[in-house]
Order: sequence, then C-alpha cells, then structure tokens
Amino acid sequence: MLDAYEKADGNPAIFKDAKVAHLLVHKNNIIGKHLVPGLVVEPKETKDGIDLKFKVLPNNKIEFPVHLCFGVLPKEGVQLINIEAEVGENSKVILLAHCIFPNAVKVVHKMQAKIIVRKNGSYSYNEVHFHGEDGGVEVIPKANIILEEGARLDTNFQLTKGRVGKLEIDYVVDAGKDSVVEMTAKAYGYGTDKISIREKCILRGESARGIIKSRVAVKGQAQSEVYSEMQAYGPNSRGHVDCVEIVQDKAQARAVPIVDVFVESAKVTHEAAIGSVDKKQLETLMARGLRSDEAVDIIIKGMLK
Amino acid sequence: MLKVENLNLKRGDKQIVKDVSFEIPDGEIFGVLGTNGAGKSSMAYILMGSSGYHPDSGKITFDGVDITNKTMDERARLGITMAWQEPARFEGISILDFIMLGSSIKSHTLAEQYLEQMRLTTSEYRLRQVDKTLSGGERKKIELASVLAMKPKLAILDEPDSGIDMLSQEAVMNLIREIKNYGGSVILITHDEEVVKIADRSALMCSGLAFKVGKPSEIVNYYKEHCKPCPTKVYPAKGDKK
Repeated sequence: MLDAYEKADGNPAIFKDAKVAHLLVHKNNIIGKHLVPGLVVEPKETKDGIDLKFKVLPNNKIEFPVHLCFGVLPKEGVQLINIEAEVGENSKVILLAHCIFPNAVKVVHKMQAKIIVRKNGSYSYNEVHFHGEDGGVEVIPKANIILEEGARLDTNFQLTKGRVGKLEIDYVVDAGKDSVVEMTAKAYGYGTDKISIREKCILRGESARGIIKSRVAVKGQAQSEVYSEMQAYGPNSRGHVDCVEIVQDKAQARAVPIVDVFVESAKVTHEAAIGSVDKKQLETLMARGLRSDEAVDIIIKGMLK
Repeated sequence: MLKVENLNLKRGDKQIVKDVSFEIPDGEIFGVLGTNGAGKSSMAYILMGSSGYHPDSGKITFDGVDITNKTMDERARLGITMAWQEPARFEGISILDFIMLGSSIKSHTLAEQYLEQMRLTTSEYRLRQVDKTLSGGERKKIELASVLAMKPKLAILDEPDSGIDMLSQEAVMNLIREIKNYGGSVILITHDEEVVKIADRSALMCSGLAFKVGKPSEIVNYYKEHCKPCPTKVYPAKGDKK
C-alpha cells in the first residue's frame, strides 16, 4: 500500500512523523492510524469498508495536514466509506486524501460524507486519485456539508492520473452567514471514461460567498457532464460558477451552470467554455516550435494542474 | 531572408490581403504601418501560418525554403515566431516556463533575465502564472520576453507597443534592436508613426495592399498627410503607385 501511495506522489515518510496525523485504509482494513491533539478519529471496520467519525475539537488549529490514504490494490473489490465529520468552533483542519486503485479492473469506491463546520471553523479537503490504465474503477463520492456562520470550506478533487473509469461526484453545500465556499474539481477522461460532476452551493446566509470551479478534459470516446448549481438566498451573498471543458477526438462534454437568485441584493455570475483547445493558446505555443500535440498536452496539463 | 510574392487572401467578397510582395534581408527591421483594418495583422497571420489564413495565391520563401504550405510549428522551427497583438491567457503555466518554451535552453535564470529586460521584477513575477491575474500589458511584455528567448531569425511583432506603459516602451524598442543586432529580422506591425521610425524600411498598408515601401520617414509623412484620418477608406488613391 505504501509503495502504491508513493507512486501516487505521496510521501510515505509522513506516516512515521509524529506531528502528522494519518489514517491508512486498504479495502475495509485499517492498517495505520495516528492522531494529534485536538483531533478525534474513530474508524470502524465494516463488511465493505469503514465508518469514520472525524472531529476537530473546538478552538483547535491542526498544524499539519491530516493524511488519509484509501485504496484497493487487487483487481476487484469494494470500498464503502461513511464519514461523519465535525470541525469545531474556531478550529481549522486540512485533509489530504490519496485514493489509490492502481490495478482496478472492477473496483467500486463509494464515499458518503456528512460534514458540519461550526462557527468560524475551516475545513479544507483535498482528494487526489491515482488509477491504473484499465478504467475499471467506479468512484462515487457524495457529500452534504453545512457551514455555520463565518466558516470556510475548500474542496479540491483531482483525478488526472490514470483512467477515470466512472466518476460521479455529488456535493451539496449549505453556506451560512459570512461563510466562504471554494469547490474545485479536475478530471481527465479518456478511453470510454464517464465523468459526472454535480456540485451545488446554497448561499443561505447573509454575505455568504461561493465559487464552483470545474476543469475537465476528455478525449477518445470519453464523456463528461458538469452540473454546477449556485443558489443565493442570503442578502448580499455572492457566487460564481466557472467551468471549462476541453474536448478532443470523439469525446463528448456537457456543461450546465445553474444559477438562482432569490434576493435582490445577491449576485451570482457564471462562465462556461466548452470545446476544443483555445486557438490562440495553441498557436502561441506552436509559434514557439511546439508540435500541435505537444502544445495541446501542455495546455491540458496546465488547466488540470 | 524572407521573400513574399503576390500574396492574396479573400474572405467572402472582401479582399483582406491584395497582391502583397516584399523582401526582408537578414538583420532588417521592416515596419508595416497602417490604420486599423488595413490588413496588417492578417498578413502577419499568413506569414506565421495561422490556421484559417492560408493564402489563396502567392508564395512565401524563407532562407530559400518555400514555406507557403508549412505549418506554424514547422515555420517556428525554421526560426520564425510571432507576438500577438492580444496575447493568450493560460492556466497552470508558470511565467518562467512560458518564457523559455521556444528556447533550446530551459533555464529559469535566463528567463528571469528576460523578465528584467522587459521591466518586470523577478521577485514579483517568478512564481506567478501566465493567467488572467496578469494585465494585458504584463502578458504582452512576457510574450515579448518569450520571443527574445527563442532568438528567432524572424520575429513578427503585431503592435508590440500597444497596451504597454510608457516606461516600458523603451524596453520594447531595445528588444527589437537586440534581435537586429544578432542578425535577426523583425516585421514591426504598428499604426503608430513614431514607433515605425525604428525600422530600416517600411511598408504602408491600406485595404490589404502594401502599396508603398520606402524609408520610414517617407512612409510616415505620406501616412500623416493621407491616412489620418482616412478620408475615403478606399486608399490607395488613384495615381498612387507601389
């Protein structure tokens, strides 16, 4: 598992660092766990995965990112992860999750999360996937997240190494007064990969702010659809939806930005670009001597970086 | 040496570039002066090989090689490059990497020197990306730095001074002189009669036609007298010769 973690650009040394909290799960086996003060993590093995209770106690700022590693190494398997997380008042935590399925032919990885970030708390969740080339993975993360007054949420989902397989992201965030939401999802699909990203941000409280950003590239016969929904109920709330999808070969992409404003003083904007690589970007690089395919590669890698 | 013979490009009923011919020897700064819509940028795109700008007729030869049907990257590998009037914005590409894209030496130290040369302080820009957080003028200077880093044999610069602050104008002029000094040629496209004075020779473009070629001072005088403001939009007037 640690070898695979290293190949996914993880640093195995952090699992020996006493200052860094971690949790290492292979299928439904908890194979490593370390905590730091202020953090309560209670994992429980289930038939097909784990149930995880995760809590940052009030007034605690966890100094170093908490490292999570989830994976299934055999060709077949199921991993179901149920998370209940709470970030206490005035607390802060950053999670770095590596999800590793290097040999998957028929693997299902499902995550169901309920997260609450208390008043003035901050929760940053960064999920990086490392898949093999068979495309036999189903990744289905679903999360319901509530932000109390002044709380902050950052999510960064990245699946750009190896075949996506089937991806179905479904995140819903309910943002309270003066809270801030930044959700970013990046995926690169090829072969017959299927990507579905649904992210919804409800700006419930006064002066809540949110941005949903998606970057997807598809080639071959891959398909992607991105639904980014921003609802503004809070007076003076501000939201923005930003989606870019690059399509190559016979791939297909759909972008659906949905913006709703229910109060006069709120404002939500959106931008969506879908199509082939931008001509001016491409030609700028070609005018420096890069071949067309090299230039496209640099543009896509840059976008998904 | 660049040799352009009888280039023509039509869009629908409109002749964008009309029978344009000129030669540019190595080490020459060749100005192309004209009002907006004269066909200057279209001609630049044709010379660079931009998609959608293949000439309907005519021939382009560079260092004895017929490049009329060569792709943009093939032309670039022969030593031709271009800086656009409105540079592209990217995501996830660092300024230093971008500057060195066309250079055989991928050195950030060198890239920092080019940044400074364009009056962009290394400490402010070395960790940033060529993205939408940069102003148009900043992107322009970065693109010009990337042109210089490539050490091109022929640099096509489309309005290199536009959108650039007054203090940096001299840096742009120095860049043009530097390319000339090492033996490279520059096609300097501009609508500014002051900027074109740096050229060794200049052409005046109007309605797709490069109808006057000569000393920049002569071209500028004609431009001031006849083109500002363009009285008829149908220049060249009857009786004008190439």
